[in-house]
Amino acid sequence: MTAAVRAKASRADRLRLVGQPVAVLLLVGGVLLWAATRDLDSIEKVNLAPPKIVRDTWDHLVISVVVTALVVVVAVPLGIAVTRRWARWAAPIVLGVATVGQAAPSVGVLVLFFLWTEWEGLWAAVLPIALYSLLPVLRNTVVGIRGVDPALVEAGRGIGMSAGAVLRRIELPLAVPLILAGLRTSLVLAVGTATLAAFVNGGGLGLLIDTGYKLNRSTVLITGAVLAVGLALLVDWLGALAERSLGPKGLR
Amino acid sequence: MTEHTGVEIRLDHVTKRYPGQEAPAVDDVSMTLPAGRITVFVGPSGCGKTTTMKMINRLIEPTSGTITMGGEDVLSMDPDKLRRRIGYAIQQAGLFPHLTVAQNIGVVPGLLGWDKSRVADRVREMLDLVGLDDDFAGRFPRSLSGGQQQRVGVARALAADPPVLLMDEPFGAVDPITRGNLQDELLNLQSELGKTIVFVTHDFDEAVKLGDRIAVLGPRSRVLQYDTPEAILANPADDTVAGFVGAGASLKQLTLLRVRDVEVDRDSAVTASAVDSVADLRTRMTGRGAQWALVLDRRNRPSRWVHARDLAAATSLAAVGKPVGDSVSLKSTLQDALEAILTEGGNAVVTGSRGEYLGTIGLETVTAVIARLRDEHAEVES
Repeated sequence: MTAAVRAKASRADRLRLVGQPVAVLLLVGGVLLWAATRDLDSIEKVNLAPPKIVRDTWDHLVISVVVTALVVVVAVPLGIAVTRRWARWAAPIVLGVATVGQAAPSVGVLVLFFLWTEWEGLWAAVLPIALYSLLPVLRNTVVGIRGVDPALVEAGRGIGMSAGAVLRRIELPLAVPLILAGLRTSLVLAVGTATLAAFVNGGGLGLLIDTGYKLNRSTVLITGAVLAVGLALLVDWLGALAERSLGPKGLR
Repeated sequence: MTEHTGVEIRLDHVTKRYPGQEAPAVDDVSMTLPAGRITVFVGPSGCGKTTTMKMINRLIEPTSGTITMGGEDVLSMDPDKLRRRIGYAIQQAGLFPHLTVAQNIGVVPGLLGWDKSRVADRVREMLDLVGLDDDFAGRFPRSLSGGQQQRVGVARALAADPPVLLMDEPFGAVDPITRGNLQDELLNLQSELGKTIVFVTHDFDEAVKLGDRIAVLGPRSRVLQYDTPEAILANPADDTVAGFVGAGASLKQLTLLRVRDVEVDRDSAVTASAVDSVADLRTRMTGRGAQWALVLDRRNRPSRWVHARDLAAATSLAAVGKPVGDSVSLKSTLQDALEAILTEGGNAVVTGSRGEYLGTIGLETVTAVIARLRDEHAEVES
């Protein structure tokens, strides 16, 4: 019974693993084809020129990748730290701040950050977006490490591993599936929120959406939006691949 | 010959007090655990026996007192280095699920900096030692049965050849048959390795089976009695220990003694060879006033019991009487002997290593042994 359910679930998983990129290609390809075959005015032509689309997409990707790198570099060590005995008291505070970061409207965080620092460009976009998408990785790191059977940690210490070795060789590997799941969520959030980078002169697909909206050019708006969605789905798919191949073998 | 690789462990006025708790968890325990022997800590749940054990490898730090291992002060050593010299096996094996069997076994040798080929050789050797074949090396713990996992747990604990092995209810989570097998295997291993083993259990029968010495622990790990299993069974120190020993102490005692430890009655029975004449045997039986005689085969092995009235109509001794059912050897336990006595309905036949007749053992011998043990241990006490 459960085995049958599991087999069914894994079949659905595999189907999705193949289906998702195909769907993204069809969606993006279809919209680009549709935009290219339309009768475009000069504003649309400038905005939908292939080099411009490629640059905006590239900027968007760069923002997302930098945000993700920042999230990993900050959230994983922070998550590890608050599971250590000496910093356990800080866990509610850290998680609280991260929750506020995510609960606040992302546009608000972005604009507040701009008003405060008066920065523009990549970093003005990346830092608030990173704060916004920090929570999933942070929370999953904490939950993942706390979820490791205490008997295993004690067994590790009992046979002579140092606290660091237990963390590196037992706690972290066993928490990897949850950390990766959090990272996947964070990535999708980051790709979605990166559309707001346009407001602080950070570039990205938000430019197309913003221009399309303000100048009432729905072809530009739709193209930008669909590309952003496609990118988010693609990143989610890569995350799924990573979860499948990077999780500990003995648990699969 | 057993070569002892174990070392003596000494606990001296060891106390563990947790902050915010009135009573200490372990209260002033002093004990010497002999080198190369199995010492079992046995006691009810929550009595502090595991806490006491974990202070030896400092998973729990004692509040006061000293612990030495082979004369070295445990409390002044680096805890991680100390633990690499002490094997540690726990309930449900505690294997790391993301590591293969080989990686699990190789953890401690790896920590000690052995090179790869030496670790690999050692892993093979350990698998062989605990009776698992090489195919298991690459498998993950999840695909192993409980008993197999427990064997790997023991292999991991022994991998770096530590002089001391701590075992915390290692066989608590497996079925009774597997548990019996694992216990036998541990005893076999121990007869080869001669480690100092500290074994924690709440099962008194397990303690009797495995222990060279048993420490019966009460609340706050107070040592209620620390002695050989024989002595504790024969003469429990107080009512608490007696209650813990439970019913059937005398029967448990019989499992500890072998037939060779007691006197076998060499001429209680009239014996005859199958080719002897019937008339001759009858004369001898009448002479000794015996009702029964034992017929031996050509190689002097017991074959049939013959009653005096069987002889009246018999012409040869080859096929009269009833066959000998249950017999015991010198290596059998007295419990087996008692079983044979009960099934034979009289004396049990004792045979030597090639099955030859040595004598008989009767109920009075068994009861006398029990009585003697009681007396001996009572004298030691007073």
